[in-house]
Amino acid sequence: MGLIASIIIDSVAYGMVLFVISIGLSITLGLMGFVNLAHGVFAMAGGYGAAWLMRTYGWSYELAALAAVALVALLAWPLQRLLYSRLQDRSDLDQVLFTIGLVFVGIAGMGVMFGNAITPLPLPEYLQGSVDLSFRVIPTQRIAAVVVGVLVLVALMWLLERTRFGIETRAAVEDADAARALGIRTARVYVMGFSLGAGLAALGGVIGAELLPLEPYYPLKYLVVLLAVVAVGGVGSPLGLFASALLLGTVETAAKYLVPSMSSIFFFATMLAVLAWRPAGLFGRAH
Amino acid sequence: MEQVLVTPKPRRLSLAGSLLPEGFLLLAGLLLFYAMPEDLGFATRILIGGLFALSLDLVLGYAGIVTLGHAAMFGVGAYAAGIFAIQVSGEPFLGLAVGAVAGAIVAAGSGVLVLRSHGLTSVMITLAIAQLLAEVASKWRSLTGGDDGLSGIAMSPLLGRFEFDFLGQTGFFYALTVLVLSFAVLRRLVRSPFGLTCVGIREDRERMAALGCRVNRHLTIVYAIGGAIAGIAGALSAQITQVVGLTSLGFAHSAEVLVMLVLGGTGRLWGALAGTLVFMVVHHFAAAVDPFRWMFVIGALLLVVVLFMRGGITGALLMVMRSHSRSVK
Repeated sequence: MGLIASIIIDSVAYGMVLFVISIGLSITLGLMGFVNLAHGVFAMAGGYGAAWLMRTYGWSYELAALAAVALVALLAWPLQRLLYSRLQDRSDLDQVLFTIGLVFVGIAGMGVMFGNAITPLPLPEYLQGSVDLSFRVIPTQRIAAVVVGVLVLVALMWLLERTRFGIETRAAVEDADAARALGIRTARVYVMGFSLGAGLAALGGVIGAELLPLEPYYPLKYLVVLLAVVAVGGVGSPLGLFASALLLGTVETAAKYLVPSMSSIFFFATMLAVLAWRPAGLFGRAH
Repeated sequence: MEQVLVTPKPRRLSLAGSLLPEGFLLLAGLLLFYAMPEDLGFATRILIGGLFALSLDLVLGYAGIVTLGHAAMFGVGAYAAGIFAIQVSGEPFLGLAVGAVAGAIVAAGSGVLVLRSHGLTSVMITLAIAQLLAEVASKWRSLTGGDDGLSGIAMSPLLGRFEFDFLGQTGFFYALTVLVLSFAVLRRLVRSPFGLTCVGIREDRERMAALGCRVNRHLTIVYAIGGAIAGIAGALSAQITQVVGLTSLGFAHSAEVLVMLVLGGTGRLWGALAGTLVFMVVHHFAAAVDPFRWMFVIGALLLVVVLFMRGGITGALLMVMRSHSRSVK
């Protein structure tokens, strides 16, 4: 019983972190058709940024996290405008090469600045303890990750379904040319979506630092996991992404508890099985 | 990617003309032999890397299949040839055939999944298959040696006469011969109707389908051929170095060969060879630099090539030559 509860709690927390990080990847792909392999760099930058602000300026955890998220979102803006938009109409190959290049540069930058070892992101006191739910004691940090994940999902659904920005985004996803003809400034929608996704990735990097520890090879190490979540979820569907993050998070966590040496094999096998069954992902529409 | 890089030559080439590039490659290989007699191991690695890059060029440069997991075919070919040499026979050519078949099987099997999806999903599947195979190789210790790598590969003399010597001379000429032969085959393949169909699919998939080409079958075949050549490169590496490590299947290996190809120029066989040479020589002399700085160099090179130097080194050279010949006229 205790084992099952541990598996469930850890899986859900891990799934939420994956969800928050990979939203941006799904947005970039669905909205702009851009194959952005460098997305993990944003998550890493968020985590490292928060750790750095806490260490050098002695900021509190919350303040450092907020500042890091804002900083990454702000930096993503010119990155999209100056570089990504130039490659918008290029082939998949060029986009893959360009973003892999960014990954390498990002790894090198973080490695030179922070060293090869894992950089800890100290938690505030109220997140360090654990909560006793009578049948099971759960680390508070996991609960916080789940709460953040659900809040992000709700906020995202509201943003996409109820706001002007959401309407414009959905229009641009459906048909960018028609959207432009109707007076929607798609270039602005793109950069806003990109920046939002980068900021959320940074948030995921901060809240997920316990589960995905901060190290220079972060963007490469978790690249496949993030891509898998997006591919299995189906592009352009927040709910599909949520389901896929939970499914893959559960498979990997459960395998880690039960057959630790085979966990990656289980993860890849699940992913390949889903894609063999539904090439466009669980909730995706076939092209 | 819009311009058609391969144009069919209507006139028939004479035998000498059609063998000229192979002769040139052989000469370049001999130059390499005399340029670094002390370091033939490195020279041999350049040749093997060149063959590996050629196989990627066929798949990616000509057929337009974007892959981040090409090391899967190389690694499986290497492991297959190594295990074959240990458990069955040390005959080098049989080992090459085993490597080729293993690479082709992995490619044909994974091709089913890779080729029916598009964009990010397709790239991710290539990556995932390579990682899955690396995991399997790392866990199946009894067969592959796991993290320690596969060792104890002993080869019979080449053609029954030439022992694989300590200096690596036999290994070098063996690798050079295989490279030149593969180059000759590939050069004919990419100019054949089969190769031109690949380029057609790369440029416009829908139109080729509308013309009656069975796109998926065609791509699966070319992917399997690319896998076979990558498998041969892996087998060569296993036979000559006599060890196979997990890094041969790793992501870094897939990324490096991609960088070599792009640096040299995709869609041109010379590009694959030139890129490998430049990349490996730079890497060899920069090996003392710490890994992060080296990573920065690779990343920056990729960004520069994608943003400013489409067509890579050979593309830039061709452009210079063309503008030069125009100004002379």
